[in-house]
Amino acid sequence: MPISPIRITAYTLTNALGSGVDASLHALQSGRSGLRPCDFQDVDLSTWIGRVDGIEGQPLPAALSRFECRNNRLAHLALQADGFIERVDDAVCRYGADRIALFMGTSTSGIGATEEAYRRRDGRGNLPDDFQPATTHVIYSITDFVRSYLQLKGAALTVSTACSSSAKVFAAAQRYLAAGLCDAAVVGGVDTLCLTTLYGFNSLDLVSSRRCKPWDANRNGINIGEGAGFALLEPEQAGGKGSLLLGSGESSDAYHISTPHPEGRGAALAMRLALSQAGVAADEVGYINLHGTATPSNDAAEDAAVMQVFGGQIPCSSTKGWTGHTLGAAGAIEAIFTLMALESGFLPCSLNTEQQDEALSANLLLESVQQDIACAMSNSFGFGGNNCSLLFGCDR
Amino acid sequence: MKPVYIEAIGVVGPGLESWQQAAAILAGDSEYHACELPALKPTMLKPNERRRTTLTIKLALQAVQDALASNSYPDLSTVFTSSDGDMDIVDRICQALCLPDHPVSPTFFHNSVHNAPAGYCSIATGFHAPSTSLSGLNGSFAAGLLDAAVQAVVERQPVMLVAYDTPWPGALNRFRQRRSPFGVALVLHPQTSAQSFAELTLLPGAGGDESKMADSRLEQLRADTPAAASLPLLEAIANNSTVRLVLPYLVDEQIAVEVRPCN
Repeated sequence: MPISPIRITAYTLTNALGSGVDASLHALQSGRSGLRPCDFQDVDLSTWIGRVDGIEGQPLPAALSRFECRNNRLAHLALQADGFIERVDDAVCRYGADRIALFMGTSTSGIGATEEAYRRRDGRGNLPDDFQPATTHVIYSITDFVRSYLQLKGAALTVSTACSSSAKVFAAAQRYLAAGLCDAAVVGGVDTLCLTTLYGFNSLDLVSSRRCKPWDANRNGINIGEGAGFALLEPEQAGGKGSLLLGSGESSDAYHISTPHPEGRGAALAMRLALSQAGVAADEVGYINLHGTATPSNDAAEDAAVMQVFGGQIPCSSTKGWTGHTLGAAGAIEAIFTLMALESGFLPCSLNTEQQDEALSANLLLESVQQDIACAMSNSFGFGGNNCSLLFGCDR
Repeated sequence: MKPVYIEAIGVVGPGLESWQQAAAILAGDSEYHACELPALKPTMLKPNERRRTTLTIKLALQAVQDALASNSYPDLSTVFTSSDGDMDIVDRICQALCLPDHPVSPTFFHNSVHNAPAGYCSIATGFHAPSTSLSGLNGSFAAGLLDAAVQAVVERQPVMLVAYDTPWPGALNRFRQRRSPFGVALVLHPQTSAQSFAELTLLPGAGGDESKMADSRLEQLRADTPAAASLPLLEAIANNSTVRLVLPYLVDEQIAVEVRPCN
């Protein structure tokens, strides 16, 4: 069953740069980072974070209060931008709610609600009665909430493969469309700041006390961010406007639970599979949005993989220095950054990178450039050695 | 949707040690003793790796090991599905976060990702093929079966589905319906072969009353534990039955599955 190109007919994103496509694009073009010294709750780590303003003051609609947690609030906030809800409603009119699938990616979903409930335990260790983990904490919660809010009735699931989660939802949508199980799909990724990831990554010595510096000689770890991205995917032949998802590639490192294969073996395989599914040659690709977390081992592995597949000419950048690492939302947010690069011709620099590591050879953009491109790739790699590369192209 | 063919099965649960033993129980050839979970020792993982894993990871890998005991594959795509993942780790991390200095264990943290069982599986098998880890809440088995069947049919590759769930521990337990530890692994192939047990045709959108188990203890297991929603399917395969089953899927939705024996 051949995979046909998929048209991305609408998209939106919210991250530390702001809400909506224009907020992100203006920040990228004006060189304004979304990172700030950590001011999340009472966290006492010396690090920088990519926090989204205003989540605390924006509760969910009362009818959906059972989903009340930071992660679902961020999803709700993000859905308000760029007329995305209207575009989904329009698709519902054209296809029917039961023919629109929903695939959401998240790493930690609403675990913050559980962290907070543990802090409210009584003297005997009992959790508070108002704790509702089945609609907040669990990883299906984000899909449950968005499906209820958008009133979709097609196939649905949550993908949770750490930091590749919301790249893989695009591949899932391709397959369900190819199998005829849906006529359109809403895909997305949402992850929010929480103590589990801040202190957890810190326990692995992966959190930087400075602004993260992808590919830099002095890079020493990540800054954690939060964000949400959504896209509406329809078959190319359905018409309309929008860039195309040309191919996706997924692979497993089969190497280590939290460290990538040192030569980037799984990452290279994912990139090659995306190219081969699309029938696009490596030299036709004009830009790569790197996973680029800024840990020493992740960037080294990805650099090796990019060099194997593309060589050292192709312009690359990591946008982690703008938003922080949004973990399970990174796939969707950076897919949208890649679409923005295709459509605007603005290739953002790898912010905060001062001196590229001499051991790394990729053509990292230290300054943003304006350059028309026809194809661009977005890389997402996660714990468990889980890799996903997406290849997007301009409408032909 | 085109049918898929099951060509390997692994099972582990209370009183269920392997597909071979479970098939005899489900076919009525031996009695079901609803006892404790058998000792889990997924030797496919090296001892140093195994020592760092949890009950949830071991349970999933035990089912995988059982499924791969009869057939070997050079590479295999995998779909791991679980309602809530590893709540033991969540409990431990959330307790640690309440202590001074928040001493989260790095091993617990990297094992806390929903795809930890899939990651350990790829390390143990050397599979480089795509792997996804998902949830459809109480319909996680059907959501995983559908996703695996879609992958097998569209990518024209065999896919291993692994469904697993474990009980919620400690203070969390009262917030979730009772769950038993249960794991099942099914290798789905887009074409029939000499190894095929059964042909499955999935009918998403077709509803009806959920298929149930006649044995009250197995029915309790099925109703409580999302991964054990596979039991009516396993029973049909063990009995070489031709049957249309209805499995729980998303909230208030079902998926019908037509099962036919092969060979």
